[in-house]
Amino acid sequence: MSATAHRPELTCPAGGLPALKAAVDHGADCVYVGFRDETNARAFEGLNFDPATLRTGIDYAHARGCKVLVALNTFPTASGWPRWTAAVDRAAELGADAIIAADLALLDYAARTHPSLRLHLSVQASATNYEAIEFYRERFGIRRAVLPRVLSIAQVEHTIANTAVEIEVFGYGSLCVMVEGRCALSAYATGESPNCQGVCSPAKAVRWEPLDGGMRTRLNGFLIDEFHGDERPGYPTLCKGRFDVGGDVYYALEEPASLDALDLLPDLVRIGVRAIKIEGRQRGPAYVAQVTRVWRAAIDACTAAPRSYATDPAARAALARLSEGQTQTLGAYSRPWR
Amino acid sequence: MPGLPAFAIPRPVARLVARLPAWPPALVLSAALDAGTGRIVPREAVEALTGRRFALVVRDLGLTVRFERTPSGFRPSGRAHAPHLTVSATLRDFIALALREEDPDTLFFARRLVVEGDTGLGLAVKNLLDGIDWPAVLARVPLPFLARIVPR
Repeated sequence: MSATAHRPELTCPAGGLPALKAAVDHGADCVYVGFRDETNARAFEGLNFDPATLRTGIDYAHARGCKVLVALNTFPTASGWPRWTAAVDRAAELGADAIIAADLALLDYAARTHPSLRLHLSVQASATNYEAIEFYRERFGIRRAVLPRVLSIAQVEHTIANTAVEIEVFGYGSLCVMVEGRCALSAYATGESPNCQGVCSPAKAVRWEPLDGGMRTRLNGFLIDEFHGDERPGYPTLCKGRFDVGGDVYYALEEPASLDALDLLPDLVRIGVRAIKIEGRQRGPAYVAQVTRVWRAAIDACTAAPRSYATDPAARAALARLSEGQTQTLGAYSRPWR
Repeated sequence: MPGLPAFAIPRPVARLVARLPAWPPALVLSAALDAGTGRIVPREAVEALTGRRFALVVRDLGLTVRFERTPSGFRPSGRAHAPHLTVSATLRDFIALALREEDPDTLFFARRLVVEGDTGLGLAVKNLLDGIDWPAVLARVPLPFLARIVPR
């Protein structure tokens, strides 16, 4: 590695205009956003952008050298196809720097209708190997792919070495069961999933019930978890619930945890990761500001002097404070076994 | 790190406040919310809250502010009907949220922000508040005293 290294872009979330401005002001290279409907996988009440607000946001970002990526990463329903194509048209008209999509037909529509519009392959496409990514490139001309959070660093490196597509990976944020685009847990409990309706565990199905010194979480009546003492709750998803399995109550699928790959930054830079994504469009401007600030400083420090980079303990603590769950993890990136 | 220091209201103050009528702060809050409707947040977003009752519980202050949105605006509401949405936190954390020094989900994960009732309504209100573009509001509505305290 040279004394200085290629600098990955920092891609930050924005669920609204103040969050977008916070990301831009604190050093994001790209901000990713969604429209106020089910065309994106964070279609929560009151979140996201109407066209006029997105226009303001794009102008704000572009004036400061930051790109805006529009997530259109759900799978169109048969009856809703015009809504998805209209969203692609709208993103292009507003001057988005790229759209982030997963559906084959939508990628095809975008490539044919807006040939100059950059296409990023969403994590929702669950493309975990370079053959799949190359297929999307050859067929639709995608320029970047966001990798699902299931690959080790060695596997990410192998993928990068075998595709012409830029690779973006997650650096920080809440984890789930990571079968993006294919997870049916929320649909099982509520009839709605991120894949088509753009929402995991819709808020209208969630109830927080107070307990004596604690809290109980239900999703459409299903008891998901109880929290006592200092236990930290996670998002109300089935995958993060504690269930009675054969008489034992435990996290049957996964424990709520947050990915924090700050320690792996030198590796991500070395293997040629082109962008690092921060999860959390559902979070507020305060979260976006704090996470963007930490990662901006870390990426700059790492690329300026990759050999001497070490994670700032204060940065790690700042991220841990914002995290979901009781633990921060390197996720699948660090897997010493094969 | 958030700049607002940690503090808690002394217990005697909370005991005193708990004995005071809660309608004056509810009246002030309702008037402020009406003043902000159409100026700070879009009127249609506020009108979507019509018929919903809210309770803000300032735990360490011993204060519960009950209010509701009626067709003619916000007004204090009594204890006769349960609120659709109850949000509880300490005074320090409510201030930190208002100043955007803390993220609501961060406080929720730490069990410092407790939401009961209609979670969909709670999320809509949270996102409505998170979506306020204060610099743009202040450019439209010249309120010099607000400019000194609102988040950037």
